[in-house]
Amino acid sequence: MALVDVKGVSFAYGAGEFRRQVLNNVDFSVDRGEIVILTGPSGSGKTTLLTILGGLRLAVTGSAVVLGRELVNSDENVRMGVRRQIGYIFQQHNLFWPLTAVENVCMALELDDRLSEAERRQRAGEMLTEVGLADHLDRRPKQLSGGQRQRVAIARALVSRPKLVLADEPTASLDKASGHEAVNILKRLAKDYGATILLVTHDYRILDIADRIITLEDGAITPQSVPSS
Amino acid sequence: MTPFPTFFFAARLAWRQLTYDKPKLIAATLGVLFASVLVFMQLGFLDSLYASAVSAPIKMRADLFVLHKQTEALWRPVQFERSALMRALGHPDVRAVYPMYVSLGQFKNMDTHIQRTLMVYGYDLNGDLIDDVDICARADDLKRQDVALFDIASRPEFGPVSEQISKGRDVTEVNGRRIKIVGTFRMGTTFAADGNVVTSDLNFHRIFPQRAFDKIDLGFVLLNPGSDVRKAQADLLALMGQEMRVFDYNELVEFEKGYWENSAPMGFIFGFGVVMGLVVGMVIVYQILFTDVSNNLSQYATLKAMGYSQFYLQLVVLSSAIYLALLGFALGLGLSVALYRLAEQEIFIPFPMPLGKIATVFAFILTMCSLAGALAIRRLKAANPADMF
Ligand SMILES: Nc1ncnc2c1ncn2[C@@H]1O[C@H](COP(=O)(O)OP(=O)(O)OP(=O)(O)O)[C@@H](O)[C@H]1O
Ligand SMILES: [Mg+2]
Repeated sequence: MALVDVKGVSFAYGAGEFRRQVLNNVDFSVDRGEIVILTGPSGSGKTTLLTILGGLRLAVTGSAVVLGRELVNSDENVRMGVRRQIGYIFQQHNLFWPLTAVENVCMALELDDRLSEAERRQRAGEMLTEVGLADHLDRRPKQLSGGQRQRVAIARALVSRPKLVLADEPTASLDKASGHEAVNILKRLAKDYGATILLVTHDYRILDIADRIITLEDGAITPQSVPSS
Repeated sequence: MTPFPTFFFAARLAWRQLTYDKPKLIAATLGVLFASVLVFMQLGFLDSLYASAVSAPIKMRADLFVLHKQTEALWRPVQFERSALMRALGHPDVRAVYPMYVSLGQFKNMDTHIQRTLMVYGYDLNGDLIDDVDICARADDLKRQDVALFDIASRPEFGPVSEQISKGRDVTEVNGRRIKIVGTFRMGTTFAADGNVVTSDLNFHRIFPQRAFDKIDLGFVLLNPGSDVRKAQADLLALMGQEMRVFDYNELVEFEKGYWENSAPMGFIFGFGVVMGLVVGMVIVYQILFTDVSNNLSQYATLKAMGYSQFYLQLVVLSSAIYLALLGFALGLGLSVALYRLAEQEIFIPFPMPLGKIATVFAFILTMCSLAGALAIRRLKAANPADMF
């Protein structure tokens, strides 16, 4: 069964004369282990769709099964449960400035009370090593470059071994080289851990990491979506 | 997530956030410190007012005390007939009665010759009406003509009296009459009197010749050992008539305290100061916590996306508030202790710092910070992870 299975999802912001239909009958699915890039013009509803799939926004029509749970018309508790199994990467790194790299990554593990403090630090350190920051474990975000910060954010998203990673324009605030490095790290780790990635981007420079590219236009998946070479 | 780590992690994150930005931490701590000191000082003045108000009655010794009904406070008594007090002798349980005369008089500083008002107490020294070792020891000396004892807890404007008398300079004027100061005792100033002098009833009338012997200010009643004080009190009240009040010791002290608590608007004035201090402190703490939440909205939203609960985020904000309360209060307490010392030296009124007061002020400050935190928590609603992407 697909990890993400979306059928007939529609979504509108606002109500009455301010109502704005953003998603119309979206259908698509993502299989386990796939890396799928979602692209499309600005305002086409990509972010909206991603927040619905991440359990951060509630849709009321259609069906969106993510990690085996129906999110359309779901309870906050169901969505919180799904959220804990997802790694999120935002355009901004959103790291806590007072915390070191390793402490920021640990934040993703503190919800898991089976781990001791030492185990959390160990795993956070290993993950930061994986993203090439072995020498920067105890640095604060202020002492890191933009690309390094985004790599800390990637480590934080992946350290709890989520089955699904949702990323929205993760390279938008990075230059070409660090953007490419960041997504390549993401791809390598996803393959190593068997994670599935759904990544929204405008950045044609990183399209090559995708197993498949789908395009959203005017709130619907366009038929010409084809597997990338 | 089990409860203990939740509290611990939230408190730890709050601590890191709070200590990261030092100027912010200092500003917030100063806000709480300011509020703590203000509350301590207001309560200190209020307490010392009450404490000093009773510095005289607290030393008075008798089983029952007789006052005129119109007397509002001991420092401004309404006089009554000596014969009314004498009527008490008709009661079988009454062993002795003593009148006391109280009046404000002018005491001349022996060095500067400047006159200043103090309280003069005159009574039959055989009665030991004021419980003070120095007065009792000097009772016989005081029976001589034109002598008095001076309260060394009086304000310094009266001069260094004990130094002066040790050098043999012991004659001054009270109400223009030459009086020899034969010794000192310790009682304390009040908001009504800057100093005290004790002498015999005869000397009192020499100092205040216009005062009639048969108009007294306060009556002391001593009962036979083992008497029923309550019953005697009721009997005496009936015996002396509607015009009088009869108090036991505790009632006398409470009566004097009650004057300051009720008749004078002191409680309100000082209470207002306390409230103002707390409000200002709360606004400062709220501002700082609110800004802190606002600056970290995307971080908090990210935590929510990771599966952290709103409760966890609220705990972070509340923990910050409690840290500020602890920090600001600890420093405020230290500063207040120093200021209390200073106040005692400057205005010669005791400023006690009992544990109860420390606990009360801490409770105020903790409540203030918690309220500020609770208000700042509302800002967390804006941390919506759906708006993060
Ligand atoms: N919270 C909101 N309230 C109302 N309208 C919104 C809200 N968020 C987005 N929209 C509108 O919904 C439409 C789709 O927005 P969305 O952010 O999903 O597009 P997008 O494909 O991610 O665009 P971009 O590539 O610019 O990020 C836009 O027209 C936007 O103005
Ligand atoms: Mg978008």
